[in-house]
Amino acid sequence: MTTDKRKIRLATAWLGGCSGCHMSFLDLDELLIELAGRVDLVYGPLVDAKQFPEEVDLTLVEGAVTNVDNLQLARIIRSNSRVVVGFGDCAVTGNVTSMRNRIPVRDLLTAVYRQARAPIGEEALKDLPALLQQALPLHQAIAVDVCLPGCPPSPERIAAVVTALLDGEPVALDAAMRTFG
Amino acid sequence: MPVITLTINDELVSARSGQSLLEAIRDHGIDLPTLCHLDGLSARGGCRLCLVEVAGSPRLLPACTTEAVEGMVVTTHNERIDRYRRMILELTFAERNHTCAVCVSNGHCELQALAAELGMDRVRYDYLNPDLGLDTSHRLFGVDHNRCLLCLRCVRVCDEVEGAHTWDVAGRGIASRVITDLNRPWGQSESCTECGKCVEVCPTGALFDKGASVGEMEKESRFLRRILDGREKRQWRR
Repeated sequence: MTTDKRKIRLATAWLGGCSGCHMSFLDLDELLIELAGRVDLVYGPLVDAKQFPEEVDLTLVEGAVTNVDNLQLARIIRSNSRVVVGFGDCAVTGNVTSMRNRIPVRDLLTAVYRQARAPIGEEALKDLPALLQQALPLHQAIAVDVCLPGCPPSPERIAAVVTALLDGEPVALDAAMRTFG
Repeated sequence: MPVITLTINDELVSARSGQSLLEAIRDHGIDLPTLCHLDGLSARGGCRLCLVEVAGSPRLLPACTTEAVEGMVVTTHNERIDRYRRMILELTFAERNHTCAVCVSNGHCELQALAAELGMDRVRYDYLNPDLGLDTSHRLFGVDHNRCLLCLRCVRVCDEVEGAHTWDVAGRGIASRVITDLNRPWGQSESCTECGKCVEVCPTGALFDKGASVGEMEKESRFLRRILDGREKRQWRR
């Protein structure tokens, strides 16, 4: 990573999601090369940074806010980022991550961990971040500037949104590019 | 046939006496979003997406159940109406569990398409996450209450076109559910003729063919016009 001052500082984050949105981001193919010339990727599953940095221009957030770690990171992202994008359906609507919401957390943990067989049993609960009562879409935890829907968003949608934001233009997806699912 | 004149979006328009506002507006080539409305079924005014402004009325009126009247001044699209339509869609999404990504109708759903078309980019209300069931007791079809928006097209097509009246509604308000017979499992219904009309007219993945997987359920509601034209006008065509 270079530290060219003129480059836009881009971060990505992975909350309660399956990483499919990040996989779709990698499917940008040759656009990634163009992006590499314009941005510094300062944080995310694709780079090695341990702490969410300060003064980030643009952050793509994948996943719903489903546990206390997600919530803490979301709040740091908001205070350190100029523009926050809800990246994919889990961030925008809660999507599959939120399908657990009709089940009380206690029953959920019992079914998945306490009654589970090895290798992961009840002992895992000591180390795992506490689940929130409900998995929330990102905008119900922090202010979100732009929604990028899709499960996952197609590379075309990602390219359209990221390019517009990097160029400082309004994000204007046509209806076919705005669907959930 | 008596002709009336009304004003739609600042333009003088002719309509036939007795037409609904929705018919008059669509005849004039203006597209109004609807979910509960389906050509061939009785008007219901349930989904509220066809709300329009009518001069002299302080509240918005559903175009499908409002009669077009001589001299009416109607506005179909403006900032206020668009805002209300998006709110209605958001409330619809918040009320049940419309998880598009894992729905049989993903990519072929009227609710999903309308949300994109009307620019609903997020739901600002708290999702209710109700614990709703699925009935797959029928040999051919299933009903998933998570996807149902209570448009009641199934109830109307079964009653008005098929003449079986298998479908009905139990409960009131937010507790309303579509039911078969007197709330028996669909598979035990004695009135269901297994015609499948309810499945084809359902705008979402609430009613589906058994065996359909994510995105595989494509509906075809245009059959309704064909069979009604045959019945009412003796016009038979494919």
